[in-house]
Amino acid sequence: MKNLKKNIALMLLLAVSFSNAQEKEKMNHNHDKMMTMKGDTKSEAILSDYFNLKNALVTDDSKKAAELGAKLATSLKAFDKSKYKVEEQKELADIIEDATEHAEHIAKSDIGHQREHFKTLSKDISDMVAITGAKSTLYEQFCPMYDGGGSWLSTNKEVKNPYYGNKMLTCGKVKRTIN
Amino acid sequence: MKAVKIIAIVLLVAFVGIQFMPVERNQSDGVPKTDFMLVNDVPSDIKNKLQVSCYDCHSNNTQYPWYNKVQPVAWFLEGHIKEGKAELNFNEWDSLSSRRKASKLRSIIKQIESGEMPMDSYTLIHKEAAFSEEEIQQVIKYMENLKDSL
Repeated sequence: MKNLKKNIALMLLLAVSFSNAQEKEKMNHNHDKMMTMKGDTKSEAILSDYFNLKNALVTDDSKKAAELGAKLATSLKAFDKSKYKVEEQKELADIIEDATEHAEHIAKSDIGHQREHFKTLSKDISDMVAITGAKSTLYEQFCPMYDGGGSWLSTNKEVKNPYYGNKMLTCGKVKRTIN
Repeated sequence: MKAVKIIAIVLLVAFVGIQFMPVERNQSDGVPKTDFMLVNDVPSDIKNKLQVSCYDCHSNNTQYPWYNKVQPVAWFLEGHIKEGKAELNFNEWDSLSSRRKASKLRSIIKQIESGEMPMDSYTLIHKEAAFSEEEIQQVIKYMENLKDSL
C-alpha cells in the first residue's frame, strides 16, 4: 500500500516535471521564433532603402528614385540568408534576385517604368518580410486603380500613393497591418 | 577639293579596315530544353511571331541578314543582343523560378503593350517583326494566361 502511494506520487511528480519541461521548451521555441522574426540588420537596411524609394515616388521625384533604386540594389546584394532555415534560404535567394533586378531597372528608368517595377518589387519585399520579419509595424496598402491593383508597404498608417504621387496622393487603403 | 578627297580616302580605308575587326556572333547549335517554346504549349501563330520579332535579340540564335555583317552595323547590333539577352533569354526560360517567370511575363506584356518592344530601330529594317494591333492583343492575352497559370 505504501509502495503504491509512493509510486503514484513518483508518477505524478514525473508527469508534472515532464509537462513543465515541455512548457519551457515551448516558451523557448516561441522566444527563438520571435528573435528571428524581428528582422536583421541586412533586411532592415533593405527595408529602409525601400521606404526611401517609395517616398521618392510619392513626391514624383524620378531622379531621387533612380539613386535610391541603385542603393537598394546594393543592399539587396548584401543580404545574408545564411542564418535562415534551408527551405527559407531558397525562397529568399529567389526573392532577392528578382527584387535586385527591379531595383536595378528603377535606377535607369523614367518614372512610369519606375512605378511598374516598384509594383513587383513591393510584392518581393512583402514576401521577404513574411520570412525575415521587421522591427517596426508595417502597413500593407493597396490602390485598386493602378494597373489592376497595386500594393506597397509603408511604416505610416496614412496613405500616400507611390503609384500616382501628386495626381492621386491619397488613393488607396490599408489592407493589412504587419506585426 | 584636295582635302575632301583625302578625307574620303581616309574614311574609305577606315571603313574597309573595320570590316576585319572580329565580332562575336550570337549563334549556337540546337535549342536547349529550357526554351520557352519547348516548355510551353504555344499556338503556332504566336510561336512564329515571337521567333521573328523577339528571338533575334532574346535567344542564343540571331538570324543575320547580310547588312548585319557589315561594320559598324554589326557592333551596334551586337550591343543590343547582349543587352537583350541579359534582360530576357527565351532559350533559358525554364531555368527561371515561378517568381522570376511572372516578373518577366509582366515586363514582356508592358513592353509590347507600350510599343517599346520590338524596338523601332529594329522594325525599321525588319518590317515583318512589327506587331499589328491585333497581334499585340493576341500575344498579350497569351502571356497573361501563362502568367496566371504559374
